[in-house]
Amino acid sequence: MTSSNPSLESTRPPARRTEWIITLLIRVAGYLSIFYVALISLFLLKEGLPALTDVPLSSLAGKFWYPIEGYYSLWPLIFGSLTVTLGAALFAVPLGLGTAIFLSEVAPKWVKETLKPLVELLAGLPSVVLGFVGILVLSPFIRKAFDLPTGLTAFTGALLLGWAAIPTIVSIAEDALYGVPRSYREAALAVGATPWQVIWGVTLPAARSGVLTAVMLGIGRVIGETMAVMMVTGNAPVLPSGLGALFGPVRTMTATIASEMGEVATGSQHYQVLFLIGIVLFALSLIINITAFMVSNRRTQRVERLLS
Amino acid sequence: MNLPKPFLTARQTQKVGYAALAGIAVLTVIPIIALFIYILIAGLPAISWEFLSGFPRDGMRSGGILPAILGTLYLTLGTALFSVPPGIAAAVYLAEYAPDNGLTRTIRIAMINLSGIPSVVYGLFGLGLFVLFLKFGTSILAASLTLSIMTLPVIISTTEEALRSVPTSFRVVSISMGASKWETIWRIVLPQGLPGIITGIILGLERAAGETAPILFTGAAFFLPNLPNSPLDPTMALPYHLFVISTQIPGMPIQIQYGTVLVLLTFVLGMNLIANFIRSRARARRHW
Amino acid sequence: MDKIVIEHLSLNYSDGTESLKDVSLRIPANQITVLFGPAGGGKSTLLRCINRLNDLADVTMLSGRVLLNGVDVLDPHTNVTELRRRVGMVFSRPVPLPLSIYQNITYGLEIAGERRKARLDEAVERALRQVVLWDEVSDRLQDPAHALSGGQQQRLCIARVLALQPEVILLDEPTSALDPVSTFKIETTLRELRSELTIVLAPHSTQQAARIADTAAFFLAGELVEMQEGEKLFVNPKDPRTQDYIQGRFG
Ligand SMILES: Nc1ncnc2c1ncn2[C@@H]1O[C@H](COP(=O)(O)OP(=O)(O)OP(=O)(O)O)[C@@H](O)[C@H]1O
Ligand SMILES: [Mg+2]
Repeated sequence: MTSSNPSLESTRPPARRTEWIITLLIRVAGYLSIFYVALISLFLLKEGLPALTDVPLSSLAGKFWYPIEGYYSLWPLIFGSLTVTLGAALFAVPLGLGTAIFLSEVAPKWVKETLKPLVELLAGLPSVVLGFVGILVLSPFIRKAFDLPTGLTAFTGALLLGWAAIPTIVSIAEDALYGVPRSYREAALAVGATPWQVIWGVTLPAARSGVLTAVMLGIGRVIGETMAVMMVTGNAPVLPSGLGALFGPVRTMTATIASEMGEVATGSQHYQVLFLIGIVLFALSLIINITAFMVSNRRTQRVERLLS
Repeated sequence: MNLPKPFLTARQTQKVGYAALAGIAVLTVIPIIALFIYILIAGLPAISWEFLSGFPRDGMRSGGILPAILGTLYLTLGTALFSVPPGIAAAVYLAEYAPDNGLTRTIRIAMINLSGIPSVVYGLFGLGLFVLFLKFGTSILAASLTLSIMTLPVIISTTEEALRSVPTSFRVVSISMGASKWETIWRIVLPQGLPGIITGIILGLERAAGETAPILFTGAAFFLPNLPNSPLDPTMALPYHLFVISTQIPGMPIQIQYGTVLVLLTFVLGMNLIANFIRSRARARRHW
Repeated sequence: MDKIVIEHLSLNYSDGTESLKDVSLRIPANQITVLFGPAGGGKSTLLRCINRLNDLADVTMLSGRVLLNGVDVLDPHTNVTELRRRVGMVFSRPVPLPLSIYQNITYGLEIAGERRKARLDEAVERALRQVVLWDEVSDRLQDPAHALSGGQQQRLCIARVLALQPEVILLDEPTSALDPVSTFKIETTLRELRSELTIVLAPHSTQQAARIADTAAFFLAGELVEMQEGEKLFVNPKDPRTQDYIQGRFG
């Protein structure tokens, strides 16, 4: 190729065709995520929407989840999810943010480098292992500690899921705190603030969108959690009555799908309603994640100038 | 002037505050350590060659867990097959080709959504699309496909990051020597990003290997007397097996449960360790 | 004979900077032409127009012509791959590709489709000898290129370009990151290369410009202020702005 002196005006050599195909494939793969989200919405809607016409509204809007008799009220399940999620958030947000602040602002390097991998280890823990430990260790403990008839309660689920959500909160919040420019802190320190005051007065406010994202995604993780919550919350789809409900069994939306889908006939009302629950969960996760994206609006733009 | 003396001086507040934060961090971390030690101690006595290489017997109350181990292996490999090639290609698109426009933003939002969808919803989707609509039945194929979509965003985002960390100057030099964009990616960017890509793949598969909810209705079997013969057969899997023996079978010996947890954790965390090892070794070796 | 002829070249980047304003000049063959001037004058931009590397940048306006052997390289039908093989470029920071010394030099040839081992070996030795690096590295060609010293790396980068047997090489502040000894070696190499090819260089200092220029062009804020033989320009500039700059009154 180098021996002759081909014209600069020569058009594309044949090698360009393979390159064109590869580039096309890459582009198609790039759009794959959009395609999958669309496909997921499509199939959930296709299987779940008929529930709205086939199942009487009085049943859907009623008070009971009792599929055998045709009672398909989502309320007990929504309340179950809500109870567990709120409980978990109350527990996970302070611990998660506290740990993140400690790691990013207070801890010496070696402490940080020991603790971080441990927290990441928790993130990799399969949900059924969490549930297993919940059944074997946490729930007997709760039963004794609060003198309850059963340890499989909303509270048990909240504790367990809250703990499992901590890594999500820690890692995103720590990133956000770490991203606050050093100069902000130094400016505040220079006018005589203590490091403690700087954390609350400068660093946290500056990182607030990241911190908010961390909390939202942590909550998102709790809502979507399935196996662990199914194993430790006692599987009772009842409307909670008063605060005491926290210490009784509940059933979340996710657990309902997981425990009942295996036994339903394809296309039956029950099947459709389980998909309807799936639509609700899908919509919730869309809302949470899109909001989190808008809040943090992290743009992965190349900072480096392209040319020297 | 006689200002009222504050309850605590700023210094003291700071001390108390720091101590509280340290306390919180310890409170978070201690149970993690405790859990791993506990499982290790409780599970080790159950591990034997027979346990790892045998079939379950007596309604799973004795014998081994080989079909579950192999099943998880099959599912992980199947997931890799369907998520790695498109994941890397998508990451190449985002890192090297995608313009900064609305469509790219939509891709990013879609990825974030994919990574946020509850795992059980993936299960529903897999049931609707792969098991029923495409008629793959409850099978390794359907389960792997379901898991692969769930894994995709992890692989894309870690790979993209790995590619972006390759210095732009390499690209410019390569292009300036007459290489095309793809030749530059193929000869320089991908090889340099490889350790990061492998790390991302393993981290994505690690999650898939430990998942139960997405395979519940798409490919997992309660109990099978034989190993699966084809991708269209259902399979046992470690996480689902653990769920079954810890909640569905009365009188299940605790030893077997602990042993199963330990094997599952070793599988999953082993992948994590390998990923971290590759990452740190590559960081130490690279010179840019 | 003029190797490159630039006619009325203007270029804006997307941020609105007018980096070149109606620049016209002729670059003679087998000489070292130096483009110098204060920072931001458009020297790098001009160099990158000649091998179309500005295709990678956010250019919003480009007009004029850049003729190489009488053919306009800015033409959209130009085969840029072929162009970049004929017009090599050396950057201010030595950027060895993350490959071995040997592979760095064969990179361009392999991309161009050369697979024959003997040809590649031959090209490696010839290129390394041209930059006087052969004796230093011939026994460790398979070592990673980043293990070389900065000066050796930059000579490797020149060798890498020479391996493609280009007609022109563009050098953008090639010695700005190097020590005086390495700088001297590279300048010597460039003088020797003149007989084979055309060299366009943006120096990092006026001293270097004066040392090495056969022809010199002074750029200020995107405009070509004046251009003439190096010996004349640095002794007796026509334009007062050039004089001010050379005497160190600004920039
Ligand atoms: N990729 C780019 N995108 C936007 N603007 C650019 C880019 N490259 C250069 N510029 C701008 O164009 C103008 C000319 O830059 P150029 O790099 O060509 O100057 P130069 O003479 O090489 O200067 P220096 O001596 O600093 O290398 C400057 O104002 C610069 O900021
Ligand atoms: Mg420059």
